[in-house]
Amino acid sequence: MTYQFDFSAVLAQWPLFLHGAWLTIKLSIVATLLGLLIGTLCAIGRGSRNALIARACATYVEAIRNTPLLVQIFLVYFGLASIGLKVPAFVAAILAMVINVGAYTTEIMRAGIESIHRSQIEAAECLALSRAQVYWHVILRPAMERVYPALTSQFVLLMLATSITSQISAEELTAIANRVQSDTFRAFETYAVVAVFYLLLSLVMRGFFWAAGQALFTRRRKLGTPL
Amino acid sequence: MVFNANHLQFLLQGAGWTLLLSLIAFAGGGLVGFVVALCRISPIKAVRWASLGYVQLVQGTPLLILMFLAYFGLSILGFTLPAIVAAGISMTIYVSAYIGEIWRGCIQAVPRTQWEAAECLALSKVQRMALVVLPQALRIATPPTVGFMVQIVKNTSLASVVGFIELARAGQVVNNSLFEPFLVYMLVAGLYFCLCFPLSWWSRRLERRLVVAPRLEAAAA
Repeated sequence: MTYQFDFSAVLAQWPLFLHGAWLTIKLSIVATLLGLLIGTLCAIGRGSRNALIARACATYVEAIRNTPLLVQIFLVYFGLASIGLKVPAFVAAILAMVINVGAYTTEIMRAGIESIHRSQIEAAECLALSRAQVYWHVILRPAMERVYPALTSQFVLLMLATSITSQISAEELTAIANRVQSDTFRAFETYAVVAVFYLLLSLVMRGFFWAAGQALFTRRRKLGTPL
Repeated sequence: MVFNANHLQFLLQGAGWTLLLSLIAFAGGGLVGFVVALCRISPIKAVRWASLGYVQLVQGTPLLILMFLAYFGLSILGFTLPAIVAAGISMTIYVSAYIGEIWRGCIQAVPRTQWEAAECLALSKVQRMALVVLPQALRIATPPTVGFMVQIVKNTSLASVVGFIELARAGQVVNNSLFEPFLVYMLVAGLYFCLCFPLSWWSRRLERRLVVAPRLEAAAA
């Protein structure tokens, strides 16, 4: 093997990498928060007595979960452009990620909501809690507590999946890598450095979610166990 | 130029390559993943730690980056191999880490008493694994494995970045010549849906059956 590894040219671009990583973080946070919101609403919608709403939510989930994110991103970015709505790549990226992660979150939250025992809700009704109170205190929060581990690993996967938005040239970490790679011709080194970045990000995220779980769910049950 | 039969045929050809790459990924990833699963529950501490490190490393890196690393890494080693080899290798690594963890969970879900009973019957370690634990783990493992196959099919779309002409790439090529993104990508998404939905449905069915069966047994007993 005659190849000489040279990381210096790649590492000299570190401000660019940091910039990309920051955009990846921003993209992940926005997509996580909006995805959680949409997912929770759709999970409630799936259990709705209105057949039309339930059907619509189920179709959304199936359509998204059975097609690749890459194609969804292309559809949003180029599709919107072709009907005259020109949005910046970053906005299209966020939109596609939110739609995608919303579907996965729906399924997870639905599992959580279904695990709430009927008698809990009846008891809440007997105590004259309003519908909003029942949903918030009796259904959503315990449901969230139960599916918290599944939710957080989904959000870590989401952070990794933001790399795919580089394909529509949203300037996140992977897109930066593509640029550095074509400037320096050090492809392997560049992607190795970026891989380390992602690894660190996912470790930090997991640590953050663990700490957040400890702070949010103070009853100190082992997370994910039934009540 | 409008969308015609040739374009459709090109897309279908791409779907064929997607299917082939998925099969390669499942076969290769399953094989390596099985070893990973066994290593993760090995009695030797170093093996356990090494396999845990492997899983964490792969699960903490996006598949897209793995694709690039395999593609450029292979060319560093002096091979000029077709894109399908780079895609196949990175998919194998990716699948092995995820499916290995799924299978480890399934092996560990076999009740502890079964392991102990096998030991009491003086079965060797290999016999215990092959005759007692794995057949039961297989039953538990089927629904999540079929579910994960959906992820495999979808994630082969990322092989497009190393120039492998599978379904997503074929869609890009067709779109570049027509500029009808809505039509083309809807068709591509539809084709992926046709590949994935039966798997999702099957996985759900298996899961339901698995949940119902033990309850019936309990009721009979």
